[in-house]
Amino acid sequence: MIDSDPIYGRAWVFGDEINTDTMAPGLYFKEPIEVMARHCLEAVDPEFAASVKPGDIVVGGSNFGVGSAREQAAMAFRELGVGAILARSFSRIFYRNAINFGLPLLTLPADAEIRAGDLLEVDPVGGTIDNTTLGKRYAVEPIPAHLMTMIDAGGLLPWLKDRYAKPQKF
Amino acid sequence: MAQTLVQKIIARAAGQDVARCGEIVTCNVDLALLLDSGGPRRIWPRLKELGAGVWDPDKIVLMTDHFVPAVDAQSAAILKLTREFACHFGIEKFFDMKGIGHVVLAEQGLLQPGMFAVGGDSHSTNGGAFGCYMAGFGAIEMTGVVVTGQIWLQVPETIRVDWFGEFAKGVVAKDMSLYLCRELGMDNAFRAVEFGGETVRSMGMFERMVLTNMAAELGAETGLVEPDDITLEAIRAAGVEPAADALEWRSDPDAVYLARHEFDAARLVPQVAAPHRPSNSGPADDYCDVAVDQAYIGACVGAKHNDLQMAAEVLQGRKVAPGTRLLVAPSSQQTMALAAADGTLATLVEAGATLLPTGCGACAALGAGVLAEDEVCISSTNRNFQGRMGANSSRVYLASPYTVAASAVMGRIADPREFL
Ligand code: SF4
Repeated sequence: MIDSDPIYGRAWVFGDEINTDTMAPGLYFKEPIEVMARHCLEAVDPEFAASVKPGDIVVGGSNFGVGSAREQAAMAFRELGVGAILARSFSRIFYRNAINFGLPLLTLPADAEIRAGDLLEVDPVGGTIDNTTLGKRYAVEPIPAHLMTMIDAGGLLPWLKDRYAKPQKF
Repeated sequence: MAQTLVQKIIARAAGQDVARCGEIVTCNVDLALLLDSGGPRRIWPRLKELGAGVWDPDKIVLMTDHFVPAVDAQSAAILKLTREFACHFGIEKFFDMKGIGHVVLAEQGLLQPGMFAVGGDSHSTNGGAFGCYMAGFGAIEMTGVVVTGQIWLQVPETIRVDWFGEFAKGVVAKDMSLYLCRELGMDNAFRAVEFGGETVRSMGMFERMVLTNMAAELGAETGLVEPDDITLEAIRAAGVEPAADALEWRSDPDAVYLARHEFDAARLVPQVAAPHRPSNSGPADDYCDVAVDQAYIGACVGAKHNDLQMAAEVLQGRKVAPGTRLLVAPSSQQTMALAAADGTLATLVEAGATLLPTGCGACAALGAGVLAEDEVCISSTNRNFQGRMGANSSRVYLASPYTVAASAVMGRIADPREFL
């Protein structure tokens, strides 16, 4: 579970319009998420899934997560332990899916300078991104309070559990 | 306050008089579309975890389309579970192997102007052709909908796109959509796109659905067309009486749009979107030296009855080029029946096409027609992201059924106007 504390990690930098077919390839669609996650982004960076470390931060360009509604795209990052995703802009379904799995997403300002391997500190509530390698700080739009409640709960499912769970027979 | 159509529908669903753009509201869902892909197989375990049931089985529509017919034990198991879900929760609107969900929804007359509908698939935007709000959400959010009947959203601003003038021969809605991907870009998240103008007004529901289907490629929340007599006619043709207030669901004349665009349909030429993005589009002529291994007529967006008729018009009395294969997967059983009855299927098969079962199939590399390394495909589908239809190094060009059929005849990408 991810809480609203700052997130520290190494940056993995990708380009514009990274789509959900590359995050959760159709060829592995019937496999469990553990298997599918091993192929996450292999079409753009074959090293990524094998080398990414828990807490690392994925950095994208514009329209990150464009494409299908497949939630496995967001789940794959969670499965790999990614701490946060930063991008110039996000596709709406990917944005919603990621938040629903408790993965913080922040929109990068146009002048943000982040290189592969830079160490970052991300504060989703305070709305800052520190590139500690370059010694630069960027102000970003914090995650809105109603979404942060869901992220803090660990995602939509635990949140629903708190609110709507009622005994039913199966 | 003047509102756009999408604002009015959201306001009604949220129980408010008005919905202001940017405002976060909770909406009551009128219809939830679940598919075999992200439906029961992902939702049922979560319902068990929550100890919850479904909020209203009558408002849930369940279809099998992504994994049909089963090609291996895994897809068979997914389909079995989907059928058990329908039975367990008493879902009567269950359409098993009847076709691709977005198309079957329209065929069954399940969409009405003014409805607030959600679907567990990104091309749920397709439904907006009926003047309703319909958008795609991930399975985790569909779980929330299935349990509570509600969903939160931020009221989107609307981009208005008007088309004027008559199409030249060989130019169709798909060419508009590919052209719009380039013109408007694919980064329109949290915005709705409303299509209008005399060209759109003159288009049938099948063609309007191409525009709203590919609103997903624009990255939009949804795409909508204001309802008119053509909309009501389509609902009646499905055996359903249109809602009494159907034609009242329109944008106010003084509604505020984020942007307005006007395009001249008469100047549009057949478009092709080159790998690996739908916005990478240009005149089909520019790609005439590209040899194709596979031509595919399929998917929710590109294999309805009129799409098959377009392909047959080109293929009548012609043959698929040696070294190229043409695969046709009609988008629904109803499409299949209509195309069988009017001789369209016979024309396609005589030309050398291979007929595939109804379903999503090769569109998302889930069924028959997957591409090998380095193969090139021209396809009437809506997405050409890397690896979408098979191996990572395969290359997919998107085009209209006319252009796909013409390319199958030539064995390389071809401008269909020479064939009509
Ligand atoms: S045909 Fe393709 S685009 Fe349409 S619902 Fe199926 S997988 Fe999605």
